[in-house]
Amino acid sequence: MKHLLAPALAIARKDLYAEWKTKQTITTMLIFSGLVILTFSFAFDPSNQAVSALVPGMIWVITIFAGILGLNRSFTTEKQHDHLHGMMVAPVDPSGIYIGKFLANLVFVLVVQVVSIPLLFLLFDFQVPAYSSIFYFLLIIFLGTFGFIAVGTLLAALASHAKSSEMLLPILLFPLVTPVIIAAVQATRLVLTEQEGAAAALSWMQLMGAYDVIFFAAGFLLFEYVLEV
Amino acid sequence: MIETKALTKTIGEKMILRGVNLKVNKGEAVAVLGTNGAGKSTWLKIVAGLLKPSSGEIFLKGQPRKKDDFEQQKVLGYLGHQSFLYDAFSPVENLKFFARLYHISSPDTRINKLIEDVGLAYFKHEPVRSFSRGMIQRLAIARAILHKPDILLLDEPHTGLDQQAVSLFNRLLLDLKAEGVTIIMVTHDFQQISTVCDRAVVLRKGRIAEDELIRGRPVSWIHSLYEGEAATS
Ligand SMILES: Nc1ncnc2c1ncn2[C@@H]1O[C@H](COP(=O)(O)OP(=O)(O)OP(=O)(O)O)[C@@H](O)[C@H]1O
Ligand SMILES: [Mg+2]
Repeated sequence: MKHLLAPALAIARKDLYAEWKTKQTITTMLIFSGLVILTFSFAFDPSNQAVSALVPGMIWVITIFAGILGLNRSFTTEKQHDHLHGMMVAPVDPSGIYIGKFLANLVFVLVVQVVSIPLLFLLFDFQVPAYSSIFYFLLIIFLGTFGFIAVGTLLAALASHAKSSEMLLPILLFPLVTPVIIAAVQATRLVLTEQEGAAAALSWMQLMGAYDVIFFAAGFLLFEYVLEV
Repeated sequence: MIETKALTKTIGEKMILRGVNLKVNKGEAVAVLGTNGAGKSTWLKIVAGLLKPSSGEIFLKGQPRKKDDFEQQKVLGYLGHQSFLYDAFSPVENLKFFARLYHISSPDTRINKLIEDVGLAYFKHEPVRSFSRGMIQRLAIARAILHKPDILLLDEPHTGLDQQAVSLFNRLLLDLKAEGVTIIMVTHDFQQISTVCDRAVVLRKGRIAEDELIRGRPVSWIHSLYEGEAATS
């Protein structure tokens, strides 16, 4: 444990602190999500009730693209001066590097969501069907994002070995994240638009939960082999 | 202290190491010589745990090297071709990060002393991005010895250092050696070898071709050892 969680927190903290100093990744991610919201709010009339059906999809469009922006940088910045080797010569469990990177990426995307989702709701004048659905909505956002970042962190590390890693990552991600994204969009749509949505979304949430556990475990166990390539 | 037995490494089609047998005792300072591309860095990386050997055995303090034995990792200090330092961070922030990785509790005094030792006290809050090559090398040295390792693996540590830094660094190495730290140094700088090291090995064609004690030998003799023409006794 000593070689797992303590270094993981140190690495996550290092990434967040570096981001705090440079603000490079988070700025790009926020600008991107702002652009998406802006484009959609001009393309569709926000006052039209039917348009609110688009909101669940937009939430996940923002999450995926902003997430990929962050994931791509997550390991390419560590390549500059072979920083991963710096971590590997230290008494650090490779899985600890995975957890640290995962946590930092998760925080980046959650920050983008915290800013962009309320903005989206305001602009589209979105009404939630019941207050209890807010809780389920937040849970779904978390479950979906968790799974996406769990896979994304592992694949970003893998892709970073290639020359054109920016291109490789989305290609690797596409087949693997499709299940969790479908589940997330469906579940989000159900709880946001239907009165009894939470019950209907339950099986999607279970699917996301299982996906999260499986892929987090996969990242945790496989990361040392990814580092070795 | 460190021993590699019949160590080989093949990358792709290329056999870089063809059975390296080398034993380094505690407190020794050994120079590893060889032409560019001889496989010196590769050997060092394998010992440091950054690369897997294709075959052969590695022993550290008599124990076979295991990759999930973090206590073994802890006694090693590795300085590679790359600095491992983060451009956006200052020297203090960089060393604090590595102190956390090595579980050093209350590292502040140690960090400040090291930064002073390598002569970067004026720049300790400047981002590394603005540093010159020699300044980065100085900080990379501080990083490698931060956790007081028993074994130092140094890959061309003198690169980019100015005269003053070279003598400071040699002084530091000799002090560490006196404390019983084992030093393995890959280098092309024969002058520094004769100051710091007791023994030199030459890597040629993926094997240890020469292995000699060099204390008291002139630099020219080390040179001929490197060329394979030394009269050994
Ligand atoms: N990742 C790699 N893939 C293919 N070949 C490699 C790789 N790393 C090293 N080599 C080859 O292995 C050989 C030894 O490399 P190494 O870096 O160990 O040499 P070196 O002795 O440290 O040289 P130098 O004095 O220039 O630092 C070289 O011929 C190099 O081309
Ligand atoms: Mg080298």
